[in-house]
Amino acid sequence: MTINIFKFSSPATFYPLAGKLIPWFYGLAAILTVIGLYISFFVAPTDATQGEVYRIIFIHVPAAWMSMFIYLLMAGWAGLGLILNTRLSSMMAHALAPTGAMFTFVALITGAFWGKPAWGTWWDWDARMTSELILLFLYIGYMSLTAAIDDVRRADKAGAILALVGAVNVPIIYFSVKWWNTLHQGASVSLTRAPSMAETMLLGMLIMALAAWMYAIAAALSRVRLIMLEREKSSAWVQALLEQKP
Amino acid sequence: MNWGSWSNFFTMGGRGFYVWGAYLITLACIIAELGMLARHKRTLRTRLTQMLRLSKQG
Repeated sequence: MTINIFKFSSPATFYPLAGKLIPWFYGLAAILTVIGLYISFFVAPTDATQGEVYRIIFIHVPAAWMSMFIYLLMAGWAGLGLILNTRLSSMMAHALAPTGAMFTFVALITGAFWGKPAWGTWWDWDARMTSELILLFLYIGYMSLTAAIDDVRRADKAGAILALVGAVNVPIIYFSVKWWNTLHQGASVSLTRAPSMAETMLLGMLIMALAAWMYAIAAALSRVRLIMLEREKSSAWVQALLEQKP
Repeated sequence: MNWGSWSNFFTMGGRGFYVWGAYLITLACIIAELGMLARHKRTLRTRLTQMLRLSKQG
């Protein structure tokens, strides 16, 4: 059996496919969140040094991972759109930006709520925090720039260049704790100190990260469908769709 | 993890404000994003159907 993957690179065929997939991704996200939260609060033990406040890790770390993954994905799609001029690629990049910005904001705010009790400060111009804040500005910059240019193709191109140039920030965030010895520690919950304890902590974190992935896919697919309708509003398939379900 | 009582669970060893604050803000962010998506969907649908109706009349 051969599947023509290029078939799904056309908005007319991708739109209904995405519509069918979205409920599954939301469903998986919900189930994984319940399991993840159960492990985070009822299976994972109290941290020896930080007490209970470390439980913020179960959203902080997955959100921070997502903020970086989504950015790379967004820059990748935007780059593909720039090189290949494929309609769907640029739409995917647009659809990912708000979700990525949301996760970046969550990573920063949960970091502040953890920093206050752990370090005595909500915020510090530490290398990792500052580069993560720059990531939020990159997302906002990308969204503002593409929204400010009326011509869709030019907006896509300008946005793609911004996204690609900004991608250099992602390795900076990732390695910041190694390159600069500032406030944010490499691993606040040590995974090597007590392996039997750490396993459930790590498991909770990974399941929450998986839940975040499912949510991000569902949200981005929902958004890309709206972008498709908007951009292809004069095409036959959108007209037919509106006639069917007004 | 055995909390012993619900009040132990809610106080989170005296760090309840920070733990629950972080979780509540995250929840609020997710609800906000889903709300914006739903509103966008509604307004776009209405606008596009109106445009379609107008173009037919014209």
